[in-house]
This record gives sequence, structure tokens and C-alpha cells, in this order.
Amino acid sequence: MTTAHDPTLRESATFPRSVIAEIQRAAETGIYDIRGWGAKRPLPHFDDLLFLGASMSRYPLEGYRERCDTDVVLGDRHAKFPLHLDIPITIAGMSFGALSGQAKEALGRGASEVGTSTTTGDGGMTPEERGQSKHLVYQYLPSRYGMNPDDLRKADAIEVVLGQGAKPGGGGMLLGQKITERVAKMRTLPQGVDQRSACRHPDWTGPDDLAIKITELREITDWEKPVYVKVGATRTYYDVKLAVKAGADVVVVDGMQGGTAATQDVFIEHVGIPTLAAIPQAVQALQEMGMHRKVQLIVSGGIRSGADVAKAMALGADAVAIGTAALIALGDNSPRFAEQYAALGSAPGFYDDFQDGRDPAGITTQDPELARNLDPVAAGRRLANYLRVLTMEAQTLARACGKSHLRNLEPEDLVALTVEAAAMARVPLAGTTWIPGQF
Amino acid sequence: MCGIVGLHLRDETLYPRLGALLTGMLDQMCDRGPDSAGMAVYGDPNWSPPGESTVSLLDAGVPAGELAAGLGDLLGVTVTGIDLAPTTVLHAPIDAAELAAAVPAVAPAARVIGFGADLTVVKGIGDPTELAHRFGLPRAQGWQGVAHTRMATESAVTAAGSHPFSVGPDQCLVHNGSFSNHKSVQHELQRAGVVFDSDNDTEVGARFIAALLAQGIDLEKALRLLMERFDGFYTLLVANSESFAVLRDPIACKPAVVAETDRWVAMASEYRALADLPGVADAHIFEPEPEEVYLWHRQ
Amino acid sequence: MAPAVTTVETTRLDLTQTSVREVNTLLHSADAPRRVVLTEPRGAHALACGLTEDIDVTIEGHVGYYCAGMNQNASVTVRGNAGVGVAENMMSGTVRVTGDASQSAGATAHGGLLVIEGNAAARCGISMKGVDIVVGGDIGHMSAFMGQAGRLVVLGDAGEALGDSLYEARIYVRGTVASLGADCIAKPMREEHLAELAELLAAAGMDADPADFTHYGSARSLYNFHVDNVSAY
Repeated sequence: MTTAHDPTLRESATFPRSVIAEIQRAAETGIYDIRGWGAKRPLPHFDDLLFLGASMSRYPLEGYRERCDTDVVLGDRHAKFPLHLDIPITIAGMSFGALSGQAKEALGRGASEVGTSTTTGDGGMTPEERGQSKHLVYQYLPSRYGMNPDDLRKADAIEVVLGQGAKPGGGGMLLGQKITERVAKMRTLPQGVDQRSACRHPDWTGPDDLAIKITELREITDWEKPVYVKVGATRTYYDVKLAVKAGADVVVVDGMQGGTAATQDVFIEHVGIPTLAAIPQAVQALQEMGMHRKVQLIVSGGIRSGADVAKAMALGADAVAIGTAALIALGDNSPRFAEQYAALGSAPGFYDDFQDGRDPAGITTQDPELARNLDPVAAGRRLANYLRVLTMEAQTLARACGKSHLRNLEPEDLVALTVEAAAMARVPLAGTTWIPGQF
Repeated sequence: MCGIVGLHLRDETLYPRLGALLTGMLDQMCDRGPDSAGMAVYGDPNWSPPGESTVSLLDAGVPAGELAAGLGDLLGVTVTGIDLAPTTVLHAPIDAAELAAAVPAVAPAARVIGFGADLTVVKGIGDPTELAHRFGLPRAQGWQGVAHTRMATESAVTAAGSHPFSVGPDQCLVHNGSFSNHKSVQHELQRAGVVFDSDNDTEVGARFIAALLAQGIDLEKALRLLMERFDGFYTLLVANSESFAVLRDPIACKPAVVAETDRWVAMASEYRALADLPGVADAHIFEPEPEEVYLWHRQ
Repeated sequence: MAPAVTTVETTRLDLTQTSVREVNTLLHSADAPRRVVLTEPRGAHALACGLTEDIDVTIEGHVGYYCAGMNQNASVTVRGNAGVGVAENMMSGTVRVTGDASQSAGATAHGGLLVIEGNAAARCGISMKGVDIVVGGDIGHMSAFMGQAGRLVVLGDAGEALGDSLYEARIYVRGTVASLGADCIAKPMREEHLAELAELLAAAGMDADPADFTHYGSARSLYNFHVDNVSAY
């Protein structure tokens, strides 16, 4: 905080004001703190990596005239109809329920405008999203809210979710205030009641039984659609190998910076590993199995700019997914709502109480009044703009490294600024050949 | 994650078919565990002749014949060596523990993967059905067999990491699932002097049981103690020369099917592994309850 | 003159000769036969899953996992035992198992009727979302876990933690219940419950007196978090 204080007052690093406030809140209420967003604390991340641009030994490509392509094919291992996307940036799974119908529509509009996919979330498929999204990935979660074969057949891909970066090992959460009539109906829950969600799938546990489940999903949809398997980043090396062995066509790895609409703060901040540390594990796993580029890797958790996109791809990802950033592009935490945020005890840039469902931006709310603040057409256009910027930024960096396709970026194009980032990303510390932790 | 199968024969007219039946069961479990496999046979006349004990090894580093000859010279008895690469099987008319103890003198890098009066353990990497045929499992005979197909979870794919883990005389343990606190148990056992061959969670379970059996505690009690100490998800099949036992954890998410007739008792991760057993159409088929030790004694 | 009689021909398929993929492709096709008998299933998985038409499928033998998964409109009968997740996520139609069912029978199903004449293992009706399940024998632990809607009828006994975290599904058990799960309690059996139970028993072809059953449902105390309920978590 920026208020000046008496310089003789000394704050404890172990018990700073934020920790004190949290202890006091816990003592008052008797319940853990639940909030939205992903891990907020500083973590080694893409900012700690830099590209080695062209020089005497590497030559750059001209912008515009000399192509730097961005397309990606996802799921061609088994499916009759893999996904062909124009850009390697997809929209991550976020539920209708967590988000308003207008927000889901806006995401579909924006993604379709630039030729990429959106993903349903822990609440099922809405007609708005299927109507607007050119490519729609349908999540298959432990709760199975709204799951049905008609929607399964309408989907372009199926994403079996084991977990997400914000809470690997946790189930979905939606509090009563967001379980409106429509949400309740879709999820077969009583209105206004807190949703308790399972953390494991009801009819399989473990990769050996997942293999049988994936076969069932393929049988139901006549082997047409790619099957993705999504995990929150923890023991990523083993998880990716097991996902491939269980039959995944695409593996999605979500680092701890990945967002959520509602989870306990302790879960968000203290479980899972940073996205940067997960990617090389995933890539190593795929390479050891001879499956890199054959089973595609989508990475999410804190992707914010074209630099992040390019770095994730340089480390070996085939594509990335954005969640939090997409909501910000739609209008989440906009200064336009400064007054409304203040009334909620927050401010633009700080608002993370998605669980309350009182979002002034109309994005993480079910309140029809508030949701009207989001114009899906305008918001969709904002998302499309942002996706274009991400793409152009990534192309700029790739061209500077001499690449005519984003997928030709490689780890050797990168160096690290810190020892932690070098060790996690497995690239050398800038100016040295040293990669800590490599034997 | 894996597929486990076990067959305990009550009718001795079926003993000549043990290997063939076990191979059929294992074949159905390849989808669950494509990486590697292990098989254990009790009472095969070629691998574990009566009156002789058997020791199974990995990484012998010395051809089977040479190893056998070297041990024979050392011990003053005829030792027979059988090459079932990557496994080496030795048998000799002396105590199994004595034979196993002599191995390092001739093959210092060898790792004992099974020993006992009746037990042969064979392990390898690759497709389980191919391995079974290469080892000659279809022709094996005997009164009890256990096999396992492996999809490696947190440890690497190696032959030594395959189940069954046989770390006590004539003992075998196979596991489907994932323990969650085995590291603590491993460190306790290590501090008590137990040496481990792998990072595998299952090996910890096997050594825990073996230590209790060595103290004279019976298998049923040992399994109850395992239930108290180990956390996580597990379907276990444990066998020794007197018993064949099945145990599931309290949550019981990992599958288990048991089929029982007058002529045999069988257990597998999925029913399709049992579908070809003789008389299965009239078998009593059931799923073990969680937290209950199911134990069959050799008659 | 005698009225014309239409007979429905039965298509027989042997699973040792025809793959699961071939069988399911035929059953999914527009020319799916109206009546099918599948023989030699021998524990195969995902048999007759994803059906959409009102056809009749009988399977002679034991099936593996997910038989009749996501069933719509069809009638599927397993003359044998069923593996994990029989009729999981069923939307409508009928599935009958003459033998026993493994874990997670009827998991997350939204509608239709699942009848298990023998016993069902753990997690019967887990996360049920509107299906009706009638079990002639016993059910295993954690059954109807997070049951949201629908009805579970058990003529035998129920295992530990019945109806843990229950929402609005209704459970009727004739035998004993080893223990009740969080927020699941015995409830009064009113006229409408007796009537509903009688209907379900009749639909399942089971002969039993509704008066012998106990009705279990949610206490609804976990519907919104109260710190005093924390021991339930």
C-alpha cells in the first residue's frame, strides 16, 4: 500500500499486515478465504527469460513480406477430425456459472474471429458458446455437471480434466450466490446452494482406468474428436507420460499461476509448481516417448503477452491457453469500474472476488443487471484485438530469431536472468553456459 | 498403474496348465500396463525342481551357464542356470538364502528378484505378452502364479521396477494403485537396515510385509498392519508358499475381481482376464470389500 | 382374416468375430437393427455405449467397464455381470443387469432406469443427476455420494457412508445401512414416497412392499457453509 507511515515503525516480514489481516479474518469468520484469480505471489516466470535475437550468426526475417506462420494442428494422433487453428493461442476452460452468459458469448466471438478455440468449463456447454465458437473444446470433469452425449457430439474436441493449476487435487467450487436458476438447471443443483464438487472422477481413478474411459468417450463419438487430458502442474514429467500412455491426443498443463473463479487462497498459493518449471518436464516426457509434436502440448498459467507465447513455444509447447488474460481483455478489472470496485472494498487491478458474483464488469457474475455491463459484441472484438496483438508480438520475436514459423522456436533461442529461472526452464544463465541442476 | 492377475490352483490336474492359463490372463492386462511385466510361478519342475531351491536375478552380467558353474564350484553342489533374458534363473539342491548369498561372489552386480523353495520370478521390459512367450510361460507348470503388467507411475520403466516384488522366501507382492506415504515407511525400514532396489512405492510395501513375516507374524496380520501404516490407493495381491491373499484400501477405487471354483481361485484387475479360466461360467465371482483381508490357504 | 403380424428380426453378433468398434458402429448407425443380441462379450469394455435410438440390445455374458455408457432411449440387458460404470451418464432408456454390477453403477446419470438384479459394488449412483436405480441385492460403500437428483432403491443392505454429501436424490433401503454419510438422514415416509417407491419397484419388476423400506435424504445442512458444520468436511 502506498500510504506513508512513521519510518520508525517496523513491519515483520513473517507477519506483514496482509498476513495479520488474514489471521484476523479467519478468527472472525471461522472459514478459509475463498477467492478467484491464480497465484498472486511473485514466482519465476517468463519475464526471467530473454530471447537471443539475430546477430552475426543468425539472420532475422523481414516483417510482413517474409512469412512467420502461426497455425497449429491439435489432436491428429487418433481423431478423424483434428483441430486446425490459425493461431497457437486458445481460450482455456472457464464455466458458464463462473462467468456470465455474455462473457461466454464474448469469448466465443473473439476466438472465432481469429480462428482459435474456446473451452467449456465446469458447468456444461451453453448454446451461446456453441453458437459463437468456431472450435469448441468440451470439458469432461469430475463433477460431470451438464455432461450429455448430444453436447459431446457437438463438440470439436473433448478435454478430460484431472485438475487445474490453481488447485491441483481440488474440485470445482461455485458458491450459492452464483447458482441462479439457469446455472442450477444446467448443473442439476438446487438454486442458491453452495456447490460441493468432487475432486476425483466418479468412475475412474488412475491412468490405467483413464485409458478405458478415453476409449469409451471415443466409442460414443465414433473416434471423431481429439481427446485432451488436462492436469494442474505438479509431478508433470510423470503425469504427461501417463497421459500419453492412457491415450491422450493432446496434453494440457496448467501451471500454478493459472486462474480460478473460486478456490481457497491456501490452495491457490501453496499447491502446484510454476508454469516455467512444468514446461521442460512435459517436453522431456514427450521427447523420451518419441511423442513430442505427435501428442501436442498446450501450456497455460500466466500467459500475458506475445513474449510469453513465444517463450512457451520455444520451450516446446505446441500452443498456449489463456484464461485470466482473456477476461482482462474482455474488461475485467477495468478502470471504468473504479467506483464500483471501491464500493466493494477493492480497486481496478486488485479485484479477485469472483466467488461473490458481484463483478461490476459483468464477467464473473450471474446477476443480470451487472452482466448487462458487458456487451458481448464489443467485448468479443476486444478479445480478438488482444489475440491479434499476442500473435503479432510472438511473430515479431520469432522473426527476430530467424523463424518462419512459431513452432520453429527452440530452447536454444532463450537465456535466463536468474538462477531459479535457468534451473526451472533448463536454459543457460545469460552470458554463461550454465544450466543449474543439469547433470 | 497396472494390471494384476493371480491364480491359485486347488486341483492338481490343472498344474500342467498353470503357465498357459496365467499367460492368457496376463495378455488381457496388456492395455493396463504396456511398459513391462513380471511373472511368478510356484512349483515349475524345470525352474524350481522339487528338492532344489531357486534364485531369480536381474543384471547378472555373466551368462547363466558360467554363473551356475562358478556358483557350483563355490558351493560344492550342482547349480543349474537358465537364461530368460534379462532374468537369470538358478536352481540348486541347497537352501535358497544360501544360494542367493553366494551370488555376489560370482556376479557382483546381480540383483536378486526372487528366491525360495518353489518360486521363480521372471521380469522384463516390453510388451507383456511377448515377454511371457519369450520366457516360456505358456509351458510352465505349478500350483500358483502371479503376474503383473506395468504402466510406470512415478518411477522409471526398468525391469527391476516391475512387480511382483519378491523380497522374502517364496513371497510375492503385486500392487495396483499408488501409495501416498511410502517414502516415510521406506526411510524407517532403511534406518532398520533394509536395502531397497528401486524407488518404487510397491517395493516399500513388499519389504514392509517381508520384515513382518520374518519376525514370525502371519500374513493376515501383516496385511492388517500394512493397512494401518500405509496411506493411498491400493489393490494388493500377496502370495507365499502357504497362502494367496487379496487386500483393498478403505476407499477402494482401484479395481479387483475374484473368481472362485472348487478347482481354483483367481484374482484380476478386470473380469476379462478371468473370462477364459476353465469353469468360470459357474464360478463364484465377487469384488473384495475394502479393508478386508481375503486369504486362501494351500490345501 | 387374421391381422398382419410384424416380427422384429434379431441380429446376432459374436464378439469373438466382431470387434467392439464394429458393433458400436452398427448400433450407432441409422440402419441399426431394432433388436440385437451380442454373444461372447467376455468382459469387453464400452459395449453398446452412446446409443441414441429406441433399440433393444441383449448381451449374453459378463461385460467390462462402461456398458451402455451415456445411453439414450435404448433398452440394454446384460445377462451376466457388469464392470465399472454400467449405464454411466445415461440420459434415458433402460439398462438391466441380471447379475452383479461393479463400482460406480449409474454414475452421474441424468435419466432412464437402471436395474441391477444382483448386488452393486461401491459408489452405486455416485453423483446421480436424475436417474432411477433399483438394486435387487446389496450396494457397496459411498453409494449415492453427492447424489443430486433421482431415486435409488435398494432391496438389500447398503454399505458405509450412504448418501454422503447428498443433495436432492432420494434413497430407499429395505435392508440395513452400515452407516450414513455426511448430511444424509432417515426421513419420514409419506404417501408420495410410498407411491413413488411402488412405481419404481413395479417398473423394475421387483416384488417388495414399500412399507418395508426406509427413506433417506439430505439434511440440507451443508447447503451453505456454517462454521459449526466444519467437522463434516
